[in-house]
Amino acid sequence: MAELRILGLAKAFDGNPVLRDVSLTVASGKLVAILGESGSGKTTLLRLICGFEHADAGTIEVDGQRVAGPGLHVPAERRQVGYVAQEGALFPHLSVADNIVFGLPRRARRARDRVGELLELVGLPAAFADRPPQALSGGEQQRVALARALAPGPKLVLLDEPFSALDATSRAETRGAVAAALTAAGTTAMLVTHDQAEALSMGHEVAVLRQGRLVQVSDPLTLYRHPRDAALGGFVGEAVVLPGVVKAGRVTCALGELTLGTAAADGCVDVLVRPEQIRLAAGTCTIGVHARVSGITFYGHDAKVDLRLLQSDGTQTLFARVAGHQIPAPGIDVRLSVEGEVIVFPINRAVIDTNSPT
Amino acid sequence: MAEAIAVPSGDRPAAAPPRPRRAASRRPPAALIAASALGALLVLLPLAFTVLQAERVSGAEAVELLVRPLVGELLVNTIGLVLATTAASAIIGTGCAWLIERTRVPGRQVWAVLAAVPLAVPPFISSYAWVSLSPDLQDFAGAWLVVTCSYYPLIYLPVAAALRGMDPTLEEVGRSLGQGQLSCFFRIVLPQLRPALLGGMLLVALNVLVEFGAFTLLRFRTFTTELYAEYRTGFNGPGASLLAVVLLVLCLICLLAELRVRGGAQYARIGRGTRRPITPHALGWMMLPVLAGLAALVIVTLGVPIGMIVYWLTQHAAAAISPAEVSASLLISATLASLGLGLAGAAATVVLALPLGFLATRYEGRLVTLLERTAYLAQGVPGIVVALALISLTIRTLHPLYQTATLLITAYVIVFLPLALVSVRAALVQVQPALEAAGRSLGLGWPAVAWRIVLPLAGPGLGAAAALVFVAVVTELTATLLLAPIGTQTLATQVWADTSTLAFAAAAPYAAVMVVLSFLSTWLLARRFATTRFLNG
Repeated sequence: MAELRILGLAKAFDGNPVLRDVSLTVASGKLVAILGESGSGKTTLLRLICGFEHADAGTIEVDGQRVAGPGLHVPAERRQVGYVAQEGALFPHLSVADNIVFGLPRRARRARDRVGELLELVGLPAAFADRPPQALSGGEQQRVALARALAPGPKLVLLDEPFSALDATSRAETRGAVAAALTAAGTTAMLVTHDQAEALSMGHEVAVLRQGRLVQVSDPLTLYRHPRDAALGGFVGEAVVLPGVVKAGRVTCALGELTLGTAAADGCVDVLVRPEQIRLAAGTCTIGVHARVSGITFYGHDAKVDLRLLQSDGTQTLFARVAGHQIPAPGIDVRLSVEGEVIVFPINRAVIDTNSPT
Repeated sequence: MAEAIAVPSGDRPAAAPPRPRRAASRRPPAALIAASALGALLVLLPLAFTVLQAERVSGAEAVELLVRPLVGELLVNTIGLVLATTAASAIIGTGCAWLIERTRVPGRQVWAVLAAVPLAVPPFISSYAWVSLSPDLQDFAGAWLVVTCSYYPLIYLPVAAALRGMDPTLEEVGRSLGQGQLSCFFRIVLPQLRPALLGGMLLVALNVLVEFGAFTLLRFRTFTTELYAEYRTGFNGPGASLLAVVLLVLCLICLLAELRVRGGAQYARIGRGTRRPITPHALGWMMLPVLAGLAALVIVTLGVPIGMIVYWLTQHAAAAISPAEVSASLLISATLASLGLGLAGAAATVVLALPLGFLATRYEGRLVTLLERTAYLAQGVPGIVVALALISLTIRTLHPLYQTATLLITAYVIVFLPLALVSVRAALVQVQPALEAAGRSLGLGWPAVAWRIVLPLAGPGLGAAAALVFVAVVTELTATLLLAPIGTQTLATQVWADTSTLAFAAAAPYAAVMVVLSFLSTWLLARRFATTRFLNG
């Protein structure tokens, strides 16, 4: 259990910067999720903390001890940083138990100390100890990999997209087991993922990495409700973005006059509405914006409803999320309203000027 | 030759318990069983005959024949050389593999090819080169040098492949668990190399046990040379067959151990998906010594054989210890004989391997396994034992076949059936039954399925099988020497005859044509395998 502190970290491969000036602190016992698209530098960040790569600039401190900095590179084997690779990377020549005790001193390895306890921690039966890793499912392998990483009592555990190779069912189950094990062990952890749902559901905090820079670090709720810019809002969840105008604390756009989440200065803005905020009512209803259902994608528990607004020139399209038992018939007219607060982002004036004909 | 090529094990999904093969509850058709049994029985023929011959010897006589200084000397010679060669090959092969695959030695790709090529130089050709360089290089030291140079690639190739296929993440995980570089090598890398290393070592041992030509030229006595000597000096039946049985037992022990190692421990990667490339180690000050070592290896394994052949090609025939004229017409007829036997041998072997391969890839069951294993048994039967058994058999019961090309080709089929079967099997695995089913569902009849689906997919692999057998036949000496019809000279028998009489200049053209043929086919095969590996990921 220890704190991780990263300051001004930078790394380039063959002159191409992959990480630029990354600073991040993970409080003791917390799980932070690093969210980014592929190529955003998230795996490089993790490999720098592990000690598999040398940093170009910046410092890394684990538990108050500097492990990387100018002229300093503590080798991976002396950092006490556990690592769970993308597909577990269990040693194929060793049984589950021998995998788990791999990082323990020789005597503890012989005694197979803690094998049962660690298997229980990650939610696997003790009978798994003597199995070869090949006999385990992908999710079970990931749990053994976590048990192996936790066995020597590391100061920090890093997980590199640990669920990306799993199918949907075992992914949910494995996520739960891993989160529970990390909480029970009380270990500080960092999880790298490209899956926003995974980051939001597992991280105590989520750090979004974009083109090698951290764009926002906050708790999942804040990140979803108050993303720093419209693009980030669209990355952490589905978004409908409409042009609008702020005047005296209210914002007006194609969906009508909406409530602001945070105060904004008067002027032209982009309005970000989450599709689950859009409510559909029958076309005969007296309030709401007129729209026509142009398509439906049914998922079971919910559905994505494509809509075309009927007012003005009738070209504005958007979509809503509705519960599975409330889907409208395709082609009918409905009236739309927005529930809750919306987020606005001031539009760069210069962009407007060059785009508008006046 | 390269009997070492193991069938690659495909990655299988981790979730499902391993299912060895395509499910096939159907019984194989009787015709397929019969066709497969033909190959298997052919393999059993010389084996059974030799054992039956030896059984005729009474117990007391057998003890008398086996417990004598000659057998002791042969055992010491053979086992001593097997151990020395296997150990030397393991060190050279593993060392080369690690240097080429895991360090930043300049010209890795070139070294990778040069380290594998010596397999294409038959040991009796390199012994010709060494003997003609210095007649002192004989006996144990000479034999050790020559066979190690020829067979260390049998260890280099699988170990290099294992190093290449190893997931570097495993070593990273080891380091994150507090293990240093050295500890990671011994606790993670080495255990995973073990199947490749052990399998390669056993193949080297097997090849040394059955080697004949090189040892005769180097005047080193082993079981094979002694068997040949007994055959030449009047064919002492019981004594020879007892020696043959001792040799057979040694070979079969190696073969069974090899099958166990190969079957028992296939550490296939557990996961799938893309892999991070391995970061090679920097060599630092070791760079020059490493380069010098690799260069020395290439000079010894390739430079000397090729250099000596070229040297003798440029010498007048009289320059050798025994002058002998090089005859252009004899060179042409020997080349044609070798090519003809090679083509016929390749065709016959692949034709007999096809039903076995089809049976093994499409059906399951005890009979299927038995037939396939029997065919692989031929790997443990030395060529000289096959040849001697066929000679006695034809002299006694099938006299019209004695001294015919048919008999010689039969011997090739027996000796090289496992070699062909490995490639044929790999080729047929490419044709998944689901693809044929897809073809049928699109309205194709089975001739169209065979022509438009099976042939395009399996054809290159079958061609590779034929090419492998062709090279093996062209460079084969033992069976050719004993079974070639009177008046038929091949490249191999000519090199052997001229070198035995120390007519080194006369032997050079035959050796040169053989080496060129061998290199050419190896190069074609290597190119093909390089592209298929790329395609299969």
